[in-house]
Amino acid sequence: MLGGMLTFFFLVIFGLPLAPSIILAILISTIVGITFERLAIRPLKNAKPIRLIIITIGASIFMRGAAMLIWGKDTHALPAFSGNDPLYIAQATILPQHLWIFAITILIIIASRLFFNHSIIGKAMRACAYNAQVASLVGIDVKIMVMLSFAVSAAIGSMAGIIIAPLTMTSYDVGIMLGLKGFCAVIIGGMSSGLGTVLGGLLLGLLEALGAGFISASYKDAIAFIILLLILFFRPEGLFKKKETERV
Amino acid sequence: MTKEKRQILIFLIFALALLITPFFLQGSYYLNVLVFIGIHTMLAVALNLLLGYAGQISLGHAAFFGLGAYISGILTTRFSLDPWLVIVLAAVCAATIAFVIGFPILKLKGHYLAMATLGFGIIIYIIFNETVSWTGGPSGLSGIPSLHIGSWIFDNDLYNYYLIWIITLAVMLLSINLSQSRIGRALRAIHDSEVAARVMGINARVLKVQIFTVSAFISAIAGSLYAHTMTFIAPASFGFNFSVELVTMVVVGGLGSIYGSFLGAAILTILPEFLRFFHDFDIIIYGLLLIIINMFMPGGLISGLQSLAEIAAAKMKGKTRGDA
Amino acid sequence: MLRLEGITKIFGGLTALKDVSLSVTTGSITGIIGPNGAGKTTLFNIITGLYTQTSGDVYLNQKNISFFPPEVLAGIGLVRTFQNVELFGQMTVLENVMVGLHTKSHSGIFSCAFKMPGQIKEERYIREKALQWLEFTGMADLSGIQAENLPFGKGRLLEISRALAVEPRIILMDEPAAGLNSRETAGLAHLISRIRESGITVVLVEHDMELVMDICESIIVLNLGKKLTEGTPREIQENEAVIAAYLGDG
Repeated sequence: MLGGMLTFFFLVIFGLPLAPSIILAILISTIVGITFERLAIRPLKNAKPIRLIIITIGASIFMRGAAMLIWGKDTHALPAFSGNDPLYIAQATILPQHLWIFAITILIIIASRLFFNHSIIGKAMRACAYNAQVASLVGIDVKIMVMLSFAVSAAIGSMAGIIIAPLTMTSYDVGIMLGLKGFCAVIIGGMSSGLGTVLGGLLLGLLEALGAGFISASYKDAIAFIILLLILFFRPEGLFKKKETERV
Repeated sequence: MTKEKRQILIFLIFALALLITPFFLQGSYYLNVLVFIGIHTMLAVALNLLLGYAGQISLGHAAFFGLGAYISGILTTRFSLDPWLVIVLAAVCAATIAFVIGFPILKLKGHYLAMATLGFGIIIYIIFNETVSWTGGPSGLSGIPSLHIGSWIFDNDLYNYYLIWIITLAVMLLSINLSQSRIGRALRAIHDSEVAARVMGINARVLKVQIFTVSAFISAIAGSLYAHTMTFIAPASFGFNFSVELVTMVVVGGLGSIYGSFLGAAILTILPEFLRFFHDFDIIIYGLLLIIINMFMPGGLISGLQSLAEIAAAKMKGKTRGDA
Repeated sequence: MLRLEGITKIFGGLTALKDVSLSVTTGSITGIIGPNGAGKTTLFNIITGLYTQTSGDVYLNQKNISFFPPEVLAGIGLVRTFQNVELFGQMTVLENVMVGLHTKSHSGIFSCAFKMPGQIKEERYIREKALQWLEFTGMADLSGIQAENLPFGKGRLLEISRALAVEPRIILMDEPAAGLNSRETAGLAHLISRIRESGITVVLVEHDMELVMDICESIIVLNLGKKLTEGTPREIQENEAVIAAYLGDG
């Protein structure tokens, strides 16, 4: 569906810089997501797809530029949520931040699963993604759903940016790599499959680490993209999903 | 065929204007800017064939430009091959790569296609950076020889100007011809409705790959010429930002207009020269331009100019002509 | 001419078509009718290579064309129009028809870019031929208009003109009368007869019963993905099962 796809493009690419408070950051990017949808996507609902694509690309690089403008080109490190002393669990060293990332990711997955499978709004959003016309016939306000999906993915995207920031440092151009890798994970897992995405993410991380180990660390990012290309070429519907028929 | 004659006339005037421009300019600075406009025009025209006519986005076109530049640079500096031969080799090489990746990549649509081309661009960019023993890595490759015909060396700005612009004009002319032929119509048909185009007997899949290949071929030639006129190249010129800049040129000038590509290339080359602050904010400006032009001026600047010219012509003749 | 054998199409768990067999004789006008959801458009999409059937075969003049893509089918003389009019909106009326002549011309990228003599001649031929087709459908005076600015009825006509330019042996029309007023429909009926007279076999899916009964020699009725019956217009009008299908299950 349009909403989900577009948001991915522009919001996850938007690497979230040092924020005074996490809640505020999520809120702001949610608002930005909604505003973008209202100002640029909705008026052009009937335009050629190529225009929508160009606009989302335009918006994503604009955000990136704006972030650079506001926070400068220096990198910032977010303080870790609970100290930097590594924990030792069965001979493995783990930073507390890793645990945070794990916990929050699992939380988000569970929450989104509950949301999409059990709440009315979540079900309505899936209906829109499947067939917007029929959805509107049964009384779902497609416009609001598109907006909501923008908001939700904006919020999750910025959340991801925040939890990972203490580990990777954050700067205006960190978003693009993270965003692309996020996109890789989604493609590998298959669109709109929560579990698939997680498996995709794990697989990508694993292959990347293996590749870096066996070939060369400097090609780590290239490996991620080669995997992306291979998946897109051979299984664009994702590794864990059955093929869908396109309607003509 | 008055329409056809008028088009030939427009092209001749355009070409003549560009060829006599150097006589009115002083100093090499402006010539240099114009050389850049020429190279950018070639690239924008190449991308426009794909983006404006066939309606297929590429966010990795800087990679083909870079391939041309690096293949030329490496083969002339390390193997002392003849630069002209290398230009052809580089173009064929880039076109072959485009052809091979074209089949799987152009099966994708919309954002998937954007992501895949972007991924391709980044892979090539990383290779430029990391194969230090060949490319010189991030610090670049220098000492690329200038082109020459016999003992006539293209080593000053005036010669380079003519070298670049004669080739650019040729590329423009050939692209205009192409766009007005059955191939051009087939490409636009794919853009408007791929299903209907196929039902009309157009092999959309093959044609898209063909135009992608042609586009890569032209981009690589532009890259080789860039390498030989600058004599120095570095990966930074061929990254994601430049791919985005190319898309912006095409969109600002006008999707599906060859002269529009020139206009877009000219504007985006000149702007940073005059607005010093541009360099820090280039990516923001590209982003804004892409959004604004698409929302409010879908035909790009060239369509605005065209309607202005039509109004002016109508006023001068005192009557309106219903020319399409 | 066109023969279908045991066509079945299953989408996910939904059976859209079940074991449909039919044949269309050369030079006839055949109508396919049936209530909404009977699978008429799906059948068209399978014949024209846009969908792949789950099982069954399609033959054109004894040749198995089951897995031919649409671009190949156009080359051997099978073409269609669309229910929701698929024009090339950004191109002029004339250019739309010129695209229809794609299979009748062969210049490649190289000869087009360099304007080789053969290409110039071919281009002239394409233009003349396209104008002839526009005259055939009575649209010659609109040739310079951009297709997306055409009124709906003219758009339908343009789509037919464009399909004729392919010089097909058989043309499939998906609801050609939908959205037309009664005068336009009468014009369409006349045009379809003329198309048949020029030796082209016509198959149409249509809801306008008057039109179907008027011009078709043979009618095939689909209901719920199965072939209900077939026959002449008179036979169909008197068939109880058909009446039940239309009135009963809707």
